[in-house]
Amino acid sequence: MKDHEYDIPDDCQYTDSDEWVRVDGAIVRVGITDYAQSELNDIVFVELPERGRQLEKGEAFGVVESVKAVSDLLAPLAGEITEVHGGLSEHPEWLNEDPYGRGWIIALTPEDLEALDGLMSAAEYRAHVKARAGK
Amino acid sequence: MSYVPHTPEEVRAMLARIGVASLEELFADVPASLRTRAELKLPPALDERALLRFFGAHAAENANVQTASSFLGGGAYHHFIPAAVDALASRGEFMTAYTPYQAEISQGTLQMIFEFQTLVCQLTGLEVANASLYDGASAVAEAALMAARLSRRTRIGVSAGLHPHWRAVLATYGEGIGIELVTLPLDAAGRTQTGALPDECAALVVQSPNFFGCIEDLAGAAKTAHAKGALAIAATAEALSLALLRSPGELGCDIACGEAQSFGLPLSFGGPYAGFLAAREKHVRQLPGRLIGESVDANGERAFVMTLTTREQHIRREKATSNICTNQGLCALRVTLWLALVGRRGIRRLAEQNVALAAYARRAFAKAGLRLPYSAPVFNEQTVEVPGLQARLARCRAQGVLAGVPLGRFAPEHANHLLVCTTEMTTRAQIDALVRELVA
Amino acid sequence: MTAPGRSGLVFREALLFESSRPGRAGVPIGDVDVPGVDPARELGADAVREDVPDFPELGELDVVRHFTRLSQWNYGIDSGFFPLGSCTMKYNPKVNEVVARLPGLAAVHPLAEEADVQGLLALACELEAALAEISGLDRVTLQPAAGAQGEFVGVRMIQAYHRARGDTARNKVIIPDTAHGTNPASAALNGLEVVELRSGGDGVVHPDALARLADSQTAALMLTNPNTLGLFESHVEKLAEVIHAAGGLVYLDGANMNALLGVAKPGHMGVDVMHFNLHKTFSTPHGGGGPGSGPVAVRNALAPFLPTPVIRREGDRYRLDDEFPHSIGRVHAWYGNAGIWLRALAYIRTLGAAGLAEVTSRAALNANYILESLRDVYDAPHARRVMHECVLTDRRQNEHGVTTADIAKRLMDYGYHPPTIYFPLVVAGALMIEPTECESQETLDGFIETMRTIAREAETEPALVTGAPSRPIVRRLDEVRAARKPRLRWTRSD
Repeated sequence: MKDHEYDIPDDCQYTDSDEWVRVDGAIVRVGITDYAQSELNDIVFVELPERGRQLEKGEAFGVVESVKAVSDLLAPLAGEITEVHGGLSEHPEWLNEDPYGRGWIIALTPEDLEALDGLMSAAEYRAHVKARAGK
Repeated sequence: MSYVPHTPEEVRAMLARIGVASLEELFADVPASLRTRAELKLPPALDERALLRFFGAHAAENANVQTASSFLGGGAYHHFIPAAVDALASRGEFMTAYTPYQAEISQGTLQMIFEFQTLVCQLTGLEVANASLYDGASAVAEAALMAARLSRRTRIGVSAGLHPHWRAVLATYGEGIGIELVTLPLDAAGRTQTGALPDECAALVVQSPNFFGCIEDLAGAAKTAHAKGALAIAATAEALSLALLRSPGELGCDIACGEAQSFGLPLSFGGPYAGFLAAREKHVRQLPGRLIGESVDANGERAFVMTLTTREQHIRREKATSNICTNQGLCALRVTLWLALVGRRGIRRLAEQNVALAAYARRAFAKAGLRLPYSAPVFNEQTVEVPGLQARLARCRAQGVLAGVPLGRFAPEHANHLLVCTTEMTTRAQIDALVRELVA
Repeated sequence: MTAPGRSGLVFREALLFESSRPGRAGVPIGDVDVPGVDPARELGADAVREDVPDFPELGELDVVRHFTRLSQWNYGIDSGFFPLGSCTMKYNPKVNEVVARLPGLAAVHPLAEEADVQGLLALACELEAALAEISGLDRVTLQPAAGAQGEFVGVRMIQAYHRARGDTARNKVIIPDTAHGTNPASAALNGLEVVELRSGGDGVVHPDALARLADSQTAALMLTNPNTLGLFESHVEKLAEVIHAAGGLVYLDGANMNALLGVAKPGHMGVDVMHFNLHKTFSTPHGGGGPGSGPVAVRNALAPFLPTPVIRREGDRYRLDDEFPHSIGRVHAWYGNAGIWLRALAYIRTLGAAGLAEVTSRAALNANYILESLRDVYDAPHARRVMHECVLTDRRQNEHGVTTADIAKRLMDYGYHPPTIYFPLVVAGALMIEPTECESQETLDGFIETMRTIAREAETEPALVTGAPSRPIVRRLDEVRAARKPRLRWTRSD
């Protein structure tokens, strides 16, 4: 386990599979958390979805890989993928360097913004990470 | 007799350190109900002298291509193997190494496989190749599964000219995940009627030269496949042909796969051989099997390492691109050695000699009045119709001639068809004698 | 005691393609005695390629030096102690190489007529019989080319067995969390769903945990015994009862058979199907990653589903039987890796029953000796006797910033091949050590002393360990760079 504190911004909401969601007008941006990137280590590849794809909540929409680990990306909300961060194909390291900024992965138009209520707050996610790291 | 070094004194001392009184006590976790009491029922142990007598006696019961006059091909070929191949492949540092997980002390194997991958790319005209698969049959199967993953389709168009055993393996591999095979027949010339490719196929698989010896129109096959949104897979059983024929990549195929046995691997009753698989760079993430990549070490020196391993079973487990764990390391070494020793001009020369021998045989068959059922050009094997084939084969055998592969073994409609292979190991006198026996 | 590793002269060696010189001739190739032809005229101008661009042009001596030098960058069993867990890196007797090269075996074509391969078929039958006896099962196929292909075949036969009984809903395979990655991958290749079975705190699988997962959808349990922690699955009989009661079958991954020779037979444990890894247990060369050989043994009830062809003995003649209506089909172009299974037979014939039993007892002696000699400095997750291998961890060394990977790399500097690392996945920072029966007490003592030295270094001079290795031809590799911008072949850069 790593002993430093993970960056968990208050303006995002979180899934228990370590995706973050940030509301940006009518859309939400989605990425993986600082904890997730730190657990994976140097990310070497991101498999990105097609724009326009409809996702169910919890559906796998992509994959991130480090040298020796693989992790599915799961949709935090149901909705349509309206943007895909293509730059990650060339620069998977952005996920390590700036997970909440330059490392965003997709933008979704949610079917129902209220579904956000089902996600964890920063405080809840912090406790979630702590519980797992303590295992 | 065994290869254990312990002296009785060492055994006692080691047991004492462990804190048990006997070797038997080490197996205390094995329930008594399971503990084998009687010794295994196996034949008595043999020392080296007796072992070589035993195997020598059984070896003498087999016909071998070094002493017989052999025209056997059909997916396994008798070719020249330079002495240096055996000498170098026997080095213990290659032979007794393991999978190169620890790159720092496996650079020999790693660089060799990187060279193997490069050679396969050069021969196939494609951009990425893996470190080898079990054999040509599993390479075709893996290629088809790869195409199914890429296209998310499950139907595969398969030429009737694909080696029947390879097709059988493809069927076995595909069955579990619902792959459906559709056969495309051959035309009168002996080439695949690719126009019969149905819609919604993941891939079209064409072997060239095909099982009957005929060189296929891979460019046409690729065009047909692409028009229907399918990938074109070129399979090759006689890898030497790649040195002379336009490459699958150049002809528009997306995947090239096959058997590299012709490059330095003894016939050895069918194995171990080396399957190869090459593809376009954009499909590399769906390529099964081991890949070696170039990188640098902590001092910035060039070094090689296993890479993109997240595709493989030891990381991705049930979601891996294949269940394959090993490659055919030592076979890939022999292939690399053979290609390096024979070299650019040598491989071309050997390929041209094969064509010359096949052409000589073809004319000799025609002159003797034997019908050649297919008119398409051939590389080093061809189908000949021989009336009363079974009796002829028996006569040949009595003369120490392995006359070829009777195709009736695979399908009754080929009852009098003989597949005759001539390589650079074949002499004119052997061909003349064969023709005599087949028509006499 | 002095560690065996010391530095010596090694050579730089470029890639074949970089050393190539246009016009340099390789091994001499003379003429054939038929008239030459123009391939473009014979085959059609469109069919023939110009050349193979950038293909190597080297002299025979160039090639000999190239591969001799490359070989010197490798570490093999012939070089030194190779305690790679789960891989059984035992001595590969040289006489077996001589056997495999006899022209009457190595120069035999797989499509030669049955009458012309009677000797080979007899040898195949003899090996099948030996493997049946060792496994306590009834029938064997030598066709699978490696353990993973054996798993694929075994699981497929289990599916065929269920289907033949009209039992078509069994689409799940239960696999313990200690299993090799090939197990779930082989199940998935057969279209089956994988259900993970957690092993208990004592490192073995418990029947009650299995009972909660086994049901009418269970096709099989895939078990490795001893498991990858080196522990005998002591509840195996009960596990088999649970699975059989649910209507499923038991598959044994035979990777660790080196622990069972003459000790226990899988067939007696309730195992229905298993594969062997001949390159592990029966000492065929690992070859830098293959070729292997993965024969599968089954109970008579599964015999109708064996891959084709099956070898049959009729009096003193042997026959290849393809007429097998319930067979799962072919998995190999020919009869498996004959050159490999012949070596395994040579090994079994050399050792005989007593020799094989000695293999297992000494393998266990060596593994337990290492465990007892190191558990005071390295954490051992399970305080139990082991069979053929033991697992230690880096937990204590972590406190000094030293990890399992570092320990592995430091071992290289001292002249040892590292153990298997970070496997099984259920043990954090695992170092899985399988010494095999072939190593003497003094070799083990040298390794133990070195492991203790490294543990001391971790405390006093951790940089020595975290910066290792420094003696091999290269230092630690940049694997991230290799994966981010894959470079998988040489191309001319100008």
